[in-house]
Amino acid sequence: MAEHPYLLEMNNISKEFPGVKALDDVTLKVRPGTVHALMGENGAGKSTLMKCLFGIYKPDAGEIFINGQKVEINNSKAALGHGISMIHQELHPVPHRSVMENVWLGRFPLKGIGPFRFVDHKKMYRDTEALLKRLEIDCKPDTIVGSLSVSKIQSIEIAKAVSYNSKIIVMDEPTSSLTGNEVEHLFKIIDSLKKQGVSIIYISHKMEEILRISDDVTIMRDGKYIGTWPASELTTDLIISRMVGRDLTQRYPERTNVPGDVILKVEGLTSPISKSFKDISFELRKGEILGIGGLVGAQRTELIEALFGLRAIQSGTISINGKPVKIKSPEDAKKHKMALLTEERRVTGIFPVLSVLENTAIANISNYEKPYLLLDEKKRREDAIKSIEMFRVKTPSYKALIRNLSGGNQQKVLLARWLLTEPDILMLDEPTRGIDVGAKYEIYTIIADLAKQGKSIIMISSEMPELLGMSDRIMVMSEGRLTGILDGKSATEEKVMRLAAQMA
Amino acid sequence: MDTQAKKVQSFFSRNAIYIVLIALIVIIAIYDPRFLSVTTIRDILLQSSTRAIIALGAAFVLITGGTDLSAGRVVGLTAVISASMLQVQDYPRRFFPDLPELPLWVPIVLAILAGLIVGLINGIIVAKFSVPPFIATLGTMVAVLGANSIYFDMKPNESQPIGGLRSDFTTLGSGSIGSGPYSIPYIVIIAIVIALIVWVIFNKTRIGKNMYAIGGNIQAATVSGINVARNLIYIYAIAGALYGLAGVLESARTGGATNNYGNMYELDAIAACVVGGVSTSGGIGTVPGVLAGVLIFGVINYGLTFIGVNPYWQLIIKGLIIVAAVAFDIRKYLAKK
Repeated sequence: MAEHPYLLEMNNISKEFPGVKALDDVTLKVRPGTVHALMGENGAGKSTLMKCLFGIYKPDAGEIFINGQKVEINNSKAALGHGISMIHQELHPVPHRSVMENVWLGRFPLKGIGPFRFVDHKKMYRDTEALLKRLEIDCKPDTIVGSLSVSKIQSIEIAKAVSYNSKIIVMDEPTSSLTGNEVEHLFKIIDSLKKQGVSIIYISHKMEEILRISDDVTIMRDGKYIGTWPASELTTDLIISRMVGRDLTQRYPERTNVPGDVILKVEGLTSPISKSFKDISFELRKGEILGIGGLVGAQRTELIEALFGLRAIQSGTISINGKPVKIKSPEDAKKHKMALLTEERRVTGIFPVLSVLENTAIANISNYEKPYLLLDEKKRREDAIKSIEMFRVKTPSYKALIRNLSGGNQQKVLLARWLLTEPDILMLDEPTRGIDVGAKYEIYTIIADLAKQGKSIIMISSEMPELLGMSDRIMVMSEGRLTGILDGKSATEEKVMRLAAQMA
Repeated sequence: MDTQAKKVQSFFSRNAIYIVLIALIVIIAIYDPRFLSVTTIRDILLQSSTRAIIALGAAFVLITGGTDLSAGRVVGLTAVISASMLQVQDYPRRFFPDLPELPLWVPIVLAILAGLIVGLINGIIVAKFSVPPFIATLGTMVAVLGANSIYFDMKPNESQPIGGLRSDFTTLGSGSIGSGPYSIPYIVIIAIVIALIVWVIFNKTRIGKNMYAIGGNIQAATVSGINVARNLIYIYAIAGALYGLAGVLESARTGGATNNYGNMYELDAIAACVVGGVSTSGGIGTVPGVLAGVLIFGVINYGLTFIGVNPYWQLIIKGLIIVAAVAFDIRKYLAKK
């Protein structure tokens, strides 16, 4: 096979949806054996471009070349045939089956003759073992996938892609649910893939990662191609300014909130599950932003879900405004003026088949009750629309289904939902996860503003700059224990990391 | 495709159910123009009324993402209960020989209450014991038939069909405002009133909003502070009460009752809902859609017999319509190429 300078070329791709030009003359050229970062805000057209590559969408114009050969890709099976595979942000393994069955799903090696052909488990075991070894993935082929960590499952997905002899592997936000060490391991796998001539199209919002591992960076904005640069010529600020088309002098808004009296006091909170949070005590002040840092598995989500009544508590007390309270359900939490923005927006946040309006006005429904069980629909709609507008949610209409909105806009709708309940304590679990830079800044502004209005905020974040940039104080957890509380101004990345990695 | 064509396509896909209904009527009318008469329309509405009430009950449950197999047997139970207490005094084989003449509303309310209680039980099993709705209502479906049969088999009735119903009761099922072909049957009026009430519940009340939210994403509903268990119990209970009312009306309409009344009505109700655009995965469904679904089956039943189609072929056509409607409807939600 003649070496072509580009393994993959997508030339002048355009794709239009009713009312939106999703892709406008976009070009992507990937060199063999490189990591090519694809960057852009949510809604910039990255996923649409990838869907064109996998034949999920048919481009209106443009051509795709692989190794200089023009190809037509009509479905993801054809893409696989051309050596293109994708590692999705959310993994979909068959959890009750083994690693090897997951890898060879749909193409099990067979033995025997004629109609008497059975799955050759021995060969499957050996092949899987060799494959995992080649990629330095430490795992036995007969382990049940459901028992593995997210990071391991992701490695297995990568192994599966390699087993198809994929030459181009698309990774969509691959590190979004990985811990520091797991990220390192992923990067090692990526390195060994590169050595074997595989190219990676790497989609991520994390600048530090991009700058570290990519060779080339292609930036898109509003469905348009902005340009491709060697990563060595770029800096975080340069990427951001090209992605948003303006210079962001400051990544975090100025905060002028002044923490006041203690509103929430937690003492000795312990989960009935032994691996989960233990003996957590802290205070939250009025108008304060309390960041919670820690690695994945620190049980931060479990802690705030317990505060919100979604998880059981074995012992410990919660007091609000000096009075001990019992919170057994989100309904109770809401009565105590608490709100929770969950981490898994799609799983526990949005109602995908309902409209933006219904999604906004669901948590505060009791405010609109009239006699005879009826609701004041007019006021409910007005209030919802007002807050949709206030947060500048980009939606064709408030009747549009929320699932058609970008992640950042969905998150704004969820924030609007909870603010309509007029909470005093707002708990945010990874509020900017999977959200583009522009929308992130808007969400930071909203958070800072709320704190200024006297709302108390607890914010879990795995993004160090965000944690440092937004918190008045930072509480760090490790393996279910509280390992320290730092002052936001004097905290550094290093101090937080040290506490987060501290064995409890 | 240009935007104009897209708009047309979108109009058709949004209103497919109503277009199918009209198309069916047109096709049958071309075959036999006599089909388009006031009598026909009146008959179809009359036959569809109890079906509509059952389907509206089932829609509550389907929109929460559940399913209710007990509907038909609840209809049977409440038909028997109401009929057993509403026989004329001089009927020779009375279910309760010594029962004095009760005010009309008493047996009706008791029967509806019986339906509501079965619904409550369904709701509790689903919401509190986390039994999948299919299994929970399969259980009550079988058990309700058993309970109804025991009641029906009591001495002195011993499983004889219940007849001799009071005329004030049967009037409810077969009487109408006015007379002649232009009269409006009471039962149709009741169905319309129920449809309006259900529309208000779906669109204007807290429980309606909660129903769509629970069906749309049960986890998000919990996080939003909705008491999912309580709402589910209410919803199954409302559904049960509607089946109960339908049972009473079936008995009034036919002038009798046996323990086999309502057999398989649950499947007709689910079919009508699904054809009317209610999503079996929850969160989607409207009252006009459900009514159109019921009418489609009403038109098929009546119309195909009217033009002389073999009843076995009618079953095949019905089956095709159920599957085709869902296959078509689901396209709206699939990724568009």
